Amino acid sequence: MTSISLIAMASIITAGLTIAIGSIGPALGEGRAVANALSAIAQQPDEKNTITRTLFVGLAMIESTAIYCFVVSMILLFANPFWNYVLSAAN
Amino acid sequence: MNFMKIDQISPDQVIFFQYYFIKLNLTILFTWLIMALLVIGSWFITRNLSTSPKIGYGQNLLEILVSGIQGQINEISRQKAARYMPFIGTLFIFIAFCNLLTVVPGYESPTASLSTTAALAICVFISVPLFGIIRRGLIGYLKQYIEPTIFMLPFNIMGEITRTLALAVRLFGNIMSGSKIAAILLAIIPFIFPVIMQLLGLLTGLIQAYIFAVLAMVYIGSATQIQAKTQSEPEPQSNTHKNNDQ
Repeated sequence: MTSISLIAMASIITAGLTIAIGSIGPALGEGRAVANALSAIAQQPDEKNTITRTLFVGLAMIESTAIYCFVVSMILLFANPFWNYVLSAAN
Repeated sequence: MNFMKIDQISPDQVIFFQYYFIKLNLTILFTWLIMALLVIGSWFITRNLSTSPKIGYGQNLLEILVSGIQGQINEISRQKAARYMPFIGTLFIFIAFCNLLTVVPGYESPTASLSTTAALAICVFISVPLFGIIRRGLIGYLKQYIEPTIFMLPFNIMGEITRTLALAVRLFGNIMSGSKIAAILLAIIPFIFPVIMQLLGLLTGLIQAYIFAVLAMVYIGSATQIQAKTQSEPEPQSNTHKNNDQ
């Protein structure tokens, strides 16, 4: 197995695993956050604006973990630094 | 019509025009187009403002936008909105326009490039100590870094840097993922489904613009907040946002 196909295989498998595992945690966390925010709005509809704003900011914070995973998998697939290194070393 | 190929993750990589060492890529092109659109549009609308009950469509739109942003700033920082309005409002309107114009065919959002979002995040990174020093003085601002104990100093500085990084990568990742997923789906299921994802992308884009502006305001608000001396005034609520940097 040449080093090029080895790197390709490792990158593709790792990219899939990264986004698959990395999205589990944020999904559960966002679900909990939205559920609690909904019950809070149901209890206190007057505080809807504050709860919604805090919910959005919190969701952005939680979501950024998944976004990091996504960016890493995109870098592995489309802008892989090792790939270019091996290609330039081969030539 | 699409300038970007599917394996290019950033509009920086598409060179539009090159003259020796001067490169014009898509990010710069569309950033300047949006800036021109915003400036010319605002100039055109604010050219003849009226105070009579009958106002034009444009003035009505701008009034709703400006008063909405002012209300949000007031609620978050519990301070006068006028000081933060130019910075936060510019951030929100610029990012919102960048993201919403993706319905135009051939357009690539400048916020899908890490260099644009990093520049915006660095603006926030610089403006937080600026506003803090203006409001609390140099000593008062620097004191918050050693607030509970002096051992927290490295963590506070680290938090300052990581939250700037998070701000940049969050916006970049969201917008880039939206356009990339639409492009990938276009190759797999060409007809209806990419349209739905584009609509979802519009929603995400607006929410991301809102979140960027709110987070910038929360950071500035926590840096400019003065401890209440008198017991009669309640503590501002932005205390809870102080350590949510991730």
